[in-house]
Amino acid sequence: MLQHAITFNHVSFEINQMNLLKNISGTFYKGHITTLIGPSGAGKTTLLKMCNGLISASQGQIMIEQEQIERIEPTVLRRRVGIALQSAPLLKNSVYENLALPRKLQEQKLSKEEALSFLQAVGLGANFLMREAADLSGGQKQKLSIARTLVNQSEVLLLDEITSALDPKSVREIEDLVVQLNEKYGVTIIWITHNIEQAKKLGHFTWMLKEGQLIEAAATDALFQSENPVVQSFIQREVAL
Amino acid sequence: MTYASLSLTLLFVLIPLALSKTLKLGLERDTMIATVRSVVQLLAVGYILNFVFASESVLYMLLMISLMIVAATLNVRKKGKNIPGITWKLVVTLLSIEAVIMSVLLGLQIMPATANFIIPISGMMIGNSMVLCILFLNRFQSEIAANEHTIELILSLGGTPKQAIHQQLMDSIKASMIPTIESQKTIGLVQLPGIMSGQIIGGANPIEAVQFQILIIFALLTCATLSSIILGFLVYPTLFNERMQKIVD
Repeated sequence: MLQHAITFNHVSFEINQMNLLKNISGTFYKGHITTLIGPSGAGKTTLLKMCNGLISASQGQIMIEQEQIERIEPTVLRRRVGIALQSAPLLKNSVYENLALPRKLQEQKLSKEEALSFLQAVGLGANFLMREAADLSGGQKQKLSIARTLVNQSEVLLLDEITSALDPKSVREIEDLVVQLNEKYGVTIIWITHNIEQAKKLGHFTWMLKEGQLIEAAATDALFQSENPVVQSFIQREVAL
Repeated sequence: MTYASLSLTLLFVLIPLALSKTLKLGLERDTMIATVRSVVQLLAVGYILNFVFASESVLYMLLMISLMIVAATLNVRKKGKNIPGITWKLVVTLLSIEAVIMSVLLGLQIMPATANFIIPISGMMIGNSMVLCILFLNRFQSEIAANEHTIELILSLGGTPKQAIHQQLMDSIKASMIPTIESQKTIGLVQLPGIMSGQIIGGANPIEAVQFQILIIFALLTCATLSSIILGFLVYPTLFNERMQKIVD
């Protein structure tokens, strides 16, 4: 039976008199990968940031498992629901310092052994530990960004177009890593991607958004065979690109 | 100095006016406005101070200090118009500095509790704080804009607003204090400070003038430290809401 990780009930978000999200209802299932697709400006990033409380809904309700999001202390929520962004912001410091940041924020230390195990989990060797984060390649930065999110042992991992600026080899490595995190550690993944093939290949479920509305949410195979003309038109246009 | 000899100093205004006109700098109007305003404002202050000193009224003295705080607040708040409640935060900052400085100077009887001491020193402290608050707000806002991703990263990893903005806050506090500290390193070597020069020109013993100047620079150091720290710690919490989300862009 599918368990609920995050549920949206009639969620809307308005800022500067613009409706970025309109009456979104749906569920992200525990232990599964859900991909979010849709054209730019569809509200995908806004929706993602709502899941870990960086933004609050103007209307409606978001539940984390069975608990209303507002009832969870923000720092606790953000450790439970981690986020990795396309820009992969890193501190101007060593790889170790970046990995240790989540612990430092809780006034705890990250041992070298733990740091190495997190690096290993994302496919980076021990020789990376004391390197400057700024010297890493795009793919390595994304891996470090994901590893840093793992330090909080998040139940849910939000990924915002993390492979869009990477070369094909790095894209494959990140995809393998995310699948491994999902299968091996049971981490729930919500992944925004512009890559239709990626969504189709990796997502157990897929949501399609357009102009702030949830057009369709379904099992990935079902969504790609949907007869909804908006979905079909978007998929065909993206495939043609 | 007679008014006739004072009027001869207008030559110092004519020189920049003539150069601005010749080089087509377009600064003639601003120079004229600045000249007229400084003459009117200083003469007005002169007459007001004359009246306040003669009256020996505490009420007038407090009114004068309040006016300085209001004028400084109105000047600085334009720099932080996106910050919620910036006006009262500035009032609290300036009042706190005035209270600390005067408590030490008057409480320890370092200087006499008379209007001719209290008002000029209050003016120097409030004026200096005003400049420091402007420096701090400019720097703090540009630090936040430049490090938006880092601030969001720390929040997203479960950090508190204080942790998210700590580095930007500390950098801005340091940056606004540096000019005061640097200028004090060369004081007396490069320039004779205004108050000391004024006393010496007025016939005071140079050693006494230096002693008074030392009092002022020490007080200015406290003023520099407190201005940005008090304002910084009042400002940063209001940049976030109760859900620890950044609310000011």
